[in-house]
Amino acid sequence: MSTDIKALTQEQRTPAPDGIKLPIYMDNHATTPMDPRVLEAMLPYFMEKFGNAASRNHPFGWTAEEAVEEAREQIAKLIGATAKEVIFTSGATESDNLAIKGVAEMYREKGNHIITAVTEHKAVLDTCKRLEKYGYRVTYLPVQKDGLVDLEDLKRAIDDKTILVTIMAANNEIGVLQPWAQIGKICRERGVLFHTDAVQAVGKVPIDVNKDNIDLMSITAHKIYGPKGAGALYVRRKNPRVQISAIIDGGGHERGMRSGTLNVPGIVGLGKATALAKEEMAQEGARLGGLRDRLRERIMARLDEVYINGSMEHRLPGNLNLSFAYVEGESLLMGINDVAVSSGSACTSATLEPSYVLKALGTGDDLAHSSIRFGIGRFNTEAEVDYVADRVCETVERLRELSPLYEMAKEGINLKDVKWAAE
Amino acid sequence: MAYSDKVLDHYSNPRNVGSLDKNSQNVGTGLVGAPECGDVMKLQIKVNPETQVIEDAKFKTFGCGSAIASSSLATEWVKGKTVEEALEIKNTEIVKELSLPPVKIHCSVLAEDAIRAAIHDWKKKKNGSAEQKAPATAGSQAGH
Repeated sequence: MSTDIKALTQEQRTPAPDGIKLPIYMDNHATTPMDPRVLEAMLPYFMEKFGNAASRNHPFGWTAEEAVEEAREQIAKLIGATAKEVIFTSGATESDNLAIKGVAEMYREKGNHIITAVTEHKAVLDTCKRLEKYGYRVTYLPVQKDGLVDLEDLKRAIDDKTILVTIMAANNEIGVLQPWAQIGKICRERGVLFHTDAVQAVGKVPIDVNKDNIDLMSITAHKIYGPKGAGALYVRRKNPRVQISAIIDGGGHERGMRSGTLNVPGIVGLGKATALAKEEMAQEGARLGGLRDRLRERIMARLDEVYINGSMEHRLPGNLNLSFAYVEGESLLMGINDVAVSSGSACTSATLEPSYVLKALGTGDDLAHSSIRFGIGRFNTEAEVDYVADRVCETVERLRELSPLYEMAKEGINLKDVKWAAE
Repeated sequence: MAYSDKVLDHYSNPRNVGSLDKNSQNVGTGLVGAPECGDVMKLQIKVNPETQVIEDAKFKTFGCGSAIASSSLATEWVKGKTVEEALEIKNTEIVKELSLPPVKIHCSVLAEDAIRAAIHDWKKKKNGSAEQKAPATAGSQAGH
């Protein structure tokens, strides 16, 4: 018995329908393309309105300052804050560092305990790890199978030395929304500050710092169709008044919390991006949710053994994270090389470890290696979604024909019972 | 990550994909790697008992493009060689042929392991006709 499989050659691919430009970008959790309206708002601030917002004595400075203050206002409106509570930074990594290190230093007298979750972004996790070296105690909450933290775990973890809880709003890999309003309520009741890395959530789903009892919140422009290198940290000014130590010292910009000449064009872009997001959120969220469901249904109608990673109920509208059993993620990405998505496979990371987020959900390493993250965004169309679904399906089918695991599973062998001889 | 043209070629047009009858006396099966590690290769050889020449080779691989290319190349290389010659194939030659970057060297190691495991399985069958019953799993005694 000998079987031969003819490989699908490039010519046998699903052809791209008219009007679709390849490659298709569907990795909007990594970054988003700029919205032309954002670019348009920014352009004057490179050349004609180039002033330093800190120059107090001439119109060049005043013009720049005015633009910065307008952006501050736009951001504040989106999140229910006041303009004075918005501190500009270089992006979310800096905002996370400033929030966590800034609180840790400022409240050291009060306590040394910080609570976070295992599925946080590295900007939070590695910041917490560094603080552990300096004598802080960090609790890394586990997550449940759906990716959400258990609020009872959180309540139990808070003690009289706890100064900060930092838990993200939406996860960057699986798009799962943490119950930030409930977390905020618990923190407020227990007198602990609450920081949330809301980079993926802001502008996509409603989030209100007052209603939701958020004390500090990280934001970045490039996830909401703005430029890279511009971000903000919301810092609550009353009930309670939050104080943070600076991590960058210098000219005392941003009321001493973040020195450094302001990136005026970037800030204008961030402001415009938040204004557009606020205007279009409801409609756009519904559209993205529809496209996401369409993608999922089209894939799952054709392929078996496809698993969804993370809660579908508590999820960003544009996110879909699927594991395709018996197919390794990087080889799948290679097969759909006219589509930009990402994988939780080890082979796509520098560490050779599969996604720690998927592992935290209890997804086996084998399925973590088989995962693909789709991030649908403002500029994706229905036709693109259909094309991506078809390309994924045909590539998975081809790779499964190539997969010894698929063959074994079809023979009725339980892969968990096999004694694997690793290298 | 950029792939070499040869990796892309083997990925798009893999050579010798498929399966041989694992119960045949003349077929050796190597199954190496583990799903948890993101790489599993099954490599099979069909050996002429008179000449010891590998007359056919097939593979199936779960793994990244470099793993698929390494095992595809391995089947090409072992075909027509005697068993002893095939044992001489080194992973470094696969690295060189496919221009694998350092992070992908383990793919070539796995391919070398798969060749050895397949030959080992065939030898065991040949020497031990007494213990003829076919294993319940994929017919593989992997690794070393």
